[in-house]
Amino acid sequence: MLSILFYLFATVAIFSAFYVTKARNPVNSALCLVTTFICFAVLYITLDAPFMAAIQIIVYAGAIIVLIIFVIMLLNLGTAVKKRYTHALAWGAALSVIMLFITNTFIRRGVPTGKLGDVTTQMIHSYGHTELIGMALFTEFLLPFEIASILLLVAIVGAIILSKRQV
Amino acid sequence: MLENYLPILVLVGIAFAFAVAVVILSRLVGPNKPNDIKLAPYECGMPLLSSARDRFSIKFYIVAVTFIVFDIEVAFLYPWAVVFKQLGWYGAVTMGIFLFVLIVGFVYEWKKGALEWE
Amino acid sequence: MPEWLIIGLLIVAKLGLIFMVLLTLAAYLVLAERKILGRMQLRPGPNRVGPFGLMQPLADVIKLLTKEDFIPARADKWLFILAPGLAAVTALLTFAVVPFGPPLTLFGHQVPLVVCDLNIGVLFFLGLSSLAVYGMTLGGWASNSKYSLMGAIRGLSQLISYELSMGLALVPVVMLARSFSLTDIVMAQADVPFALVNPLAFLIFLISAVAESKRIPFDLPEAENELVGGFHTEYSGMRFGLFFVGEYINLIILGSMLTVFFLGGWMGPFLPGVVWFSIKVLFVCFFFIWVRGTMPRLRYDQLMHFGWKILLPLSLLNVLLTGALLLWRQG
Repeated sequence: MLSILFYLFATVAIFSAFYVTKARNPVNSALCLVTTFICFAVLYITLDAPFMAAIQIIVYAGAIIVLIIFVIMLLNLGTAVKKRYTHALAWGAALSVIMLFITNTFIRRGVPTGKLGDVTTQMIHSYGHTELIGMALFTEFLLPFEIASILLLVAIVGAIILSKRQV
Repeated sequence: MLENYLPILVLVGIAFAFAVAVVILSRLVGPNKPNDIKLAPYECGMPLLSSARDRFSIKFYIVAVTFIVFDIEVAFLYPWAVVFKQLGWYGAVTMGIFLFVLIVGFVYEWKKGALEWE
Repeated sequence: MPEWLIIGLLIVAKLGLIFMVLLTLAAYLVLAERKILGRMQLRPGPNRVGPFGLMQPLADVIKLLTKEDFIPARADKWLFILAPGLAAVTALLTFAVVPFGPPLTLFGHQVPLVVCDLNIGVLFFLGLSSLAVYGMTLGGWASNSKYSLMGAIRGLSQLISYELSMGLALVPVVMLARSFSLTDIVMAQADVPFALVNPLAFLIFLISAVAESKRIPFDLPEAENELVGGFHTEYSGMRFGLFFVGEYINLIILGSMLTVFFLGGWMGPFLPGVVWFSIKVLFVCFFFIWVRGTMPRLRYDQLMHFGWKILLPLSLLNVLLTGALLLWRQG
């Protein structure tokens, strides 16, 4: 059951991600990106990470794509771009097939190693995913969290400098 | 745990089926006599003046960027809100620093007049 | 019959029932709105179809179904078709997490009166309300008409601006209930509803909810005397109907959310929980209609100023104050 769900949503995610690059109309691209993000959110849920799923929807599908759509409308990119065939396309396709093949071979050969983290599925069920993230974020990962605020500050300043004629 | 989410999947199916069924039904029941004038974009009865896809103000872009920044901030506030009793004043201070930096950005934006609409 | 099939059929039956109730309620809400607005403007409102106009929703549906359904020549065909469906689906989905009654005990099992009691219920609601902008935006963009595009852009900016205050107004609720589950949030209001505990958050959420519902005084995306019909100018027949249904279901959802987060959900003396819940939701819907009958429309600059310069700082302040107060009381 779970693996059927996984393959279903993974396939949809891959195809819509492919269509993001293929679509001629930028708004269709953006919409496909939303579909991809929603599929990711479903995969997060199957991995017992509901908070990540929610954030994926709220921040990525809900906020970042909104910005992308705004920019598309702002620049009036609405008209479909004429598609021109280039050899780069064939090369790119060949290269990605080879990459896929190599990755697959190495994954099948290798044995997964590495340390398991402290958090187990039982802990998530009993304590709650969001609570665990909250505790980790405010103790262990406090510095990255505070640095994130500076990053966001830079984003605000950058947007204003980009959009104002005189700062 | 996971079976909690199953009804949502079913609901998505039902809702889409409803939307499709209603539109198909109206296709079957309603008339279908298109002509050039009917299919033209609405322009208060005048011939079309210019393309609809006009450019618009950069203000909307700033609103969208600020929205992303504050949306991420809200996303950080939620895990804090569930555990803030366990974290106590320590958590409040760290969140205070985080919010302070963002409020500085907000004040900068305000002073630069990016929130003005005329 | 295998067990999973029975479970599946039960889920479909439950969902189908809720679905029908929600659609009927939305249809009658339209009638109620027209009646109440009529009374407020000293006219009787629709009263021809059936006794007291009670068959009016049926007549509306028949009319919408038999109207011609066409796609404008310059429109982006697929997006134009997809957009109304998206608007209706995102509205319908949100109801999945709304608890409309206290958990029942059947055959020794705790059966919660909610489609699915998610432990991220609040985030589910916020996520769907952030996806709800797509139906309107894509519909307006795909129509390829300047009124539609203008309505869509205005609407997108408005919705994202007020979504922030809405999200921030819910942070104190989560702090008080210490859970994202809507059932837990209602349980936490057994003594006092959160509207009394944190009136400022309630007020901010109420105003943001009116703005999210795109109704007067915040109906700039479809301001009919400047933008014809706003984002749905080019839509006709049942496609328009889907936008319309989505809007009224959204109204019911926002009413339920206000009830769950701030008015104590199904809690109340004497009457059964489901009745209390319905009374509260209908009262909130009545309030929305009342606001529409009373208020003029805001100007766009006023709308943005109010959202960004008043509501957003106020809700941030409210989060900080609530946090400090709760910690101080805890010692």
